[in-house]
Amino acid sequence: MSAETVAAEKKSLFTPFNIIAGIILIAGLVVTVMRFTGGLGAVTNLDQNNPWGIWIGFDLLCGVALAAGGYTTSAACYVFGLKKYHSAVRPAILTAFLGYALVVFALHYDVGRPWRLPYPIFVQQGTTSLLFEVGLCVFLYLTVLFIEFTPAMFEWLGMKKIRNVVVKLTLALTIMGVVLSTLHQSSLGALFTIAPSKLHPLWYSQYLPVFFFVSSICAGLSMVIFEGTLSHKPMHHLMDEEYLDNHDGLILGFGKAASLVLFGYFSIKVIGLAYDNNWHYLTTGYGAWFLVEMLGFVALPSFLYAIGVRDRSIPVIKWAAALTVLGIVVNRFNISLVAFNYQLPSAQRYFPSWGEITISLFVVTIGVLVFRFVSTRMPIFYEHPDYKGEH
Amino acid sequence: MLRRTFLGLLGAAGASVALPMSAKAGGKKFGPHPDTQGVLFDATRCIGCRQCEAACNEVNELPAPDKKFDDLSVLDTERRTDEKTYTIVNKYQTETGPVFRKSQCNHCLEPACASACFVKAFKKEPNGAVSYDASVCVGCRYCMVACPFSIPAYEYGEPLTPRVMKCTMCAPRLAEGKLPGCVERCPKEALTFGPRDELIKIARARINAFPGKYVDHVYGEHEMGGTSWMYISGQPFSEIGLREDLGTASAPELTAGALASVPIVVGLWPVLLGGIYAVSKRKDKIANDERVMAVKDALSKAADQAEKKLHEELSKAETASQRRIEVEVKKAVEEALSAKDEDAEKSEEEA
Ligand code: SF4
Ligand code: SF4
Repeated sequence: MSAETVAAEKKSLFTPFNIIAGIILIAGLVVTVMRFTGGLGAVTNLDQNNPWGIWIGFDLLCGVALAAGGYTTSAACYVFGLKKYHSAVRPAILTAFLGYALVVFALHYDVGRPWRLPYPIFVQQGTTSLLFEVGLCVFLYLTVLFIEFTPAMFEWLGMKKIRNVVVKLTLALTIMGVVLSTLHQSSLGALFTIAPSKLHPLWYSQYLPVFFFVSSICAGLSMVIFEGTLSHKPMHHLMDEEYLDNHDGLILGFGKAASLVLFGYFSIKVIGLAYDNNWHYLTTGYGAWFLVEMLGFVALPSFLYAIGVRDRSIPVIKWAAALTVLGIVVNRFNISLVAFNYQLPSAQRYFPSWGEITISLFVVTIGVLVFRFVSTRMPIFYEHPDYKGEH
Repeated sequence: MLRRTFLGLLGAAGASVALPMSAKAGGKKFGPHPDTQGVLFDATRCIGCRQCEAACNEVNELPAPDKKFDDLSVLDTERRTDEKTYTIVNKYQTETGPVFRKSQCNHCLEPACASACFVKAFKKEPNGAVSYDASVCVGCRYCMVACPFSIPAYEYGEPLTPRVMKCTMCAPRLAEGKLPGCVERCPKEALTFGPRDELIKIARARINAFPGKYVDHVYGEHEMGGTSWMYISGQPFSEIGLREDLGTASAPELTAGALASVPIVVGLWPVLLGGIYAVSKRKDKIANDERVMAVKDALSKAADQAEKKLHEELSKAETASQRRIEVEVKKAVEEALSAKDEDAEKSEEEA
């Protein structure tokens, strides 16, 4: 296998993928220099009325939601005892770890004084803030994810003893992971409960934390399917039989779960609408967009998943997964950007600048490159020969 | 865990999800301090001269404005506070002609900014001011997201040391026993400084004395849990740029439900998950046990059968051998008899 990788690397550095990635990286570095010499104003469209842009809306909110595959998969496998999903745990943990690491990396661009990011934890704790909860949980969960990831690394490095110690902690780590994820996934939604006057009533709800938590499960399940599809082709030569054999079963199982959870999410959203009696907003322009989100990105994928599972049609399930992933992005964008500050005249509304988009692409590209680097070297898609069928 | 305790916890968790508004336990209070002070702004007195803006600029040593403070043409476009201006006056066209309204930090009793800040950079001081400490600020700008009055501004042009900028209620001047700069400079006494309770009394007195002149409402007495700066006006507040849909719930109340659910999740989830794990483990174990039992069963049945068969075979074999013996004996007897007969015949012949 390693000979194969080496051969693949020697082929040519100038593949289309590498060229595009290279351009994005260079552009990202240029914007980085501008950001840290000219300030946020030099590269962003943020202003006094719009303090949060896509670096929060996409990099933080979507990043964290889409990294939810880590806790959903490991919980399914280790807590709910669905051992057949075992082969999906490592890719999911790796993605989650990289996802969170990149969230923290991206925050360095957005906050004014990034070297003070540890302050809320180590210097002065603003415990009344939901952002404090988010920060603390993300910090702890990143640590947990790193520990959960280390067995793959230790196997690669041949450090048997410490690897076995870490593997023994699996259940405890998984439960900690679920607790921390529940807290910060929901707190990200709760962040906006402090501003009822700024978020459109169709999206504002006291249930925002619950909405965020439940939709993060949909995101996690769908991301595992979606990303399995993405890495299938380029990583195929690395995947062992267990992974490949279980792949279809996993897609069916996760698809079924996603269909149900999406349906549940749809129901609680309707309950939220009824609880606040916001029906009359549905006839407005925002209402139309709200319906697009609810019908096109929640009800439709739920239905597609159900059909795909009934007909055992993997392609339909994969489409449903892609739609759900897109739907999560739409939802987080709606709350943080579209429905936020709806009361302002359109001239004062925010739209991302090229600099902001570049940095977001830059962060995603780094993620893909690191994922490729790690998964072509460490036992992610296959079981290490020394530890077959062990965990 | 006792079953009853467990159910109790479950109930509590359900309640915190179902009744987020009532779960106030999670949010901490910030004030108000008993002798909190504030300012009353009377829109019927303000003439839009921008003297307060000028005074604020001087006492806070802020950068010079784009247009001089005596240039009143700036009033034609609506402005908000920014990193170079802690206060601004806007002009609003109403039925009875233009009305001017000053805007600055309202120094809320339960400040959204303080509730939102994750390093406690904001503090409600005993004198009523909401202070900001740039030496711990991370620059996340959640305070700006949270403030219902859209007051805090940010130094977006600063690469390394950006600060959140907002009115300080002239805390340094208050400490010296002076009035806030804007209050001192106002030529029309549109601004009144004093203990908050007193200000509410003054406001009520004015409203009562001139019933037709004022709207019967002191803006800021209850909005968002109450503010130290308050407003009275002859026109509806929504017409002079003050939102009337903010409600009376303070920021800590709004987030209390979410905060209160933290200990529940931390306490309950591991128990639930542990339970699920135990169940799934037990299911595995039962399945396993059953498998073992089945194998044992099958084995013992097989053994039984084998024994029976052996027995049968043996008994069969026994009968068979007995028969064979019988046959042999019979044969021997017959042979013996026939031999005897032959002998007899022989002897008859011989005789
Ligand atoms: S007006 Fe805004 S900035 Fe001023 S104290 Fe209230 S929440 Fe804080
Ligand atoms: S920007 Fe500064 S003051 Fe505002 S919430 Fe963040 S850390 Fe606190």
